[in-house]
Amino acid sequence: MTKFRELSRHVLGEGYSKWILLLPSLILLAFFAVPLIALIYRSIGPDFFANTLSRQAFQALKLSLVTSSITTILAVIFGTPMAYLLARGKFKRKAWLELILDLPIVLPPSVAGLALLAAFGRRGLFGAYLNEIGISIPFTTAAVIMAQMFVAAPLHVRSARIGFAHIDKQLEEAAYVEGANQWQLFHEVMIPIAIRALASGAILTWTRALGEFGATILFAGNLEGVTQTMPVAIYIGFERNLGVALALSVLLIFVSVVLLMITKQLDKEEE
Amino acid sequence: MKLPPALILFFCLFLTACHTFATPKPQSRTLTIFAAASLTDAFTEIGTAFESFNPGVTTTFNFAGSQALQTQIEEGAPVDVFASASGREMDALVIGNFVAAEAAQVFLTNELIVILPADNPAMLGSLEDLAKPGIKLVFASEEVPVGKYTRQALDLMDTSFGHGFKDMVLANIVSNEENVKQVVTKVQLGEADAGIVYVSDSIAGSNLNSIGISANLNIAAKYPIAPLVKSKNAELAAQFIEFILSAEGQAVLAKWGFAPAKKF
Repeated sequence: MTKFRELSRHVLGEGYSKWILLLPSLILLAFFAVPLIALIYRSIGPDFFANTLSRQAFQALKLSLVTSSITTILAVIFGTPMAYLLARGKFKRKAWLELILDLPIVLPPSVAGLALLAAFGRRGLFGAYLNEIGISIPFTTAAVIMAQMFVAAPLHVRSARIGFAHIDKQLEEAAYVEGANQWQLFHEVMIPIAIRALASGAILTWTRALGEFGATILFAGNLEGVTQTMPVAIYIGFERNLGVALALSVLLIFVSVVLLMITKQLDKEEE
Repeated sequence: MKLPPALILFFCLFLTACHTFATPKPQSRTLTIFAAASLTDAFTEIGTAFESFNPGVTTTFNFAGSQALQTQIEEGAPVDVFASASGREMDALVIGNFVAAEAAQVFLTNELIVILPADNPAMLGSLEDLAKPGIKLVFASEEVPVGKYTRQALDLMDTSFGHGFKDMVLANIVSNEENVKQVVTKVQLGEADAGIVYVSDSIAGSNLNSIGISANLNIAAKYPIAPLVKSKNAELAAQFIEFILSAEGQAVLAKWGFAPAKKF
């Protein structure tokens, strides 16, 4: 606490002027903290553990963890090479490619859900052909993963791209002089150096996938154990069982806090 | 300095928005109505008619699943009138003192119907076909009134068609949607082979085929409407409810496929 005082004195100076910075910050902090505290406060009650341990809550938690983990693995497998190309490759229309990859980050998830339906729905641009060979994607667990992938994978690509871009060019040249080929360079030099940026990107993707709701409910629907992830269960719980919704919300906050703390730690070590 | 076109567009939109907010209508009164999702089309039309009869009055609607509306009212949403798709939510609000006892009136009834995409991809021809293995059904979730009535109707069909019918139908569900309009949309898009909704929704939605449910297997939803105790526009709220129950209001409801509660 005294350390904090010293620091704030250093940054903000003495007297009333420091409030010019402090007051807006405190109001904003309260704006974020109060609802979260209120949510946790509301959820505490005799039924909290019964709600957390209910079958619906357990199934939703399991489905959320499984789908978001698969999404993260897929995002790493497909996203890392792409991030490398974006950071190191020289080609035309790179700005356009980056724009397409950044778009899902800023789009409302409901737009993502509609877009996925338009592409992979039974009557969709691509889904119609799949349907003819007997594959139907909407309302399946695969649809949940695709929805998460669409909104969350770009976060990994972005983080990994920045990680690769920061690597010294001379290192790359040195590896070539040593006789390394493209794959060796990527696999034995670049990945180990950028590993923290990759990990932090993967965790960001994971937290975003865990929280995915809008695209999921439009594209995958709501069926317990198949497509009802935690955020969907919270939304449906708002209809009937507020207790389960509150308990699940607290659980989701807890998991997200743990994941964010790991990312913070990785970023710190990076510096 | 050269500004990107997107920025200029944004700036214009911003100015327009400021202008709209800055010029309120003189002495305007706003009536806030929370209504079940199935009432969307009919109430929007009634709201426009009500506004034209009462100059200076603006009606604002929030259409959602009745349960979500009940929760929002209990959490303190400022509402003047509540119209629910079943008595359960209204009863809960009476117990919570949000609605005065005896204040609620039934203003319409609504029956169930099976809807199919226009081209009927699963080639369903009768109610019994709902049990055909492998078809994709999208129902409203059990938590919302229409979902509850759907399952009650399935109980009646189960007794009539032979046991196991209900379980076979339930096994075909691919999604339990949060409100009835979502069921209509998923069937319209052809993502589902069939859904069960209110008759009014099948009339409101285009591109739909349907299979009727006979009266002995059907469940009629009774919709109650009531003013809220905390309403700041009690008089206007009473007028609106009166308008709903008038010949004009009931005619609009009938037009959208509801069975009026009053006969004129």
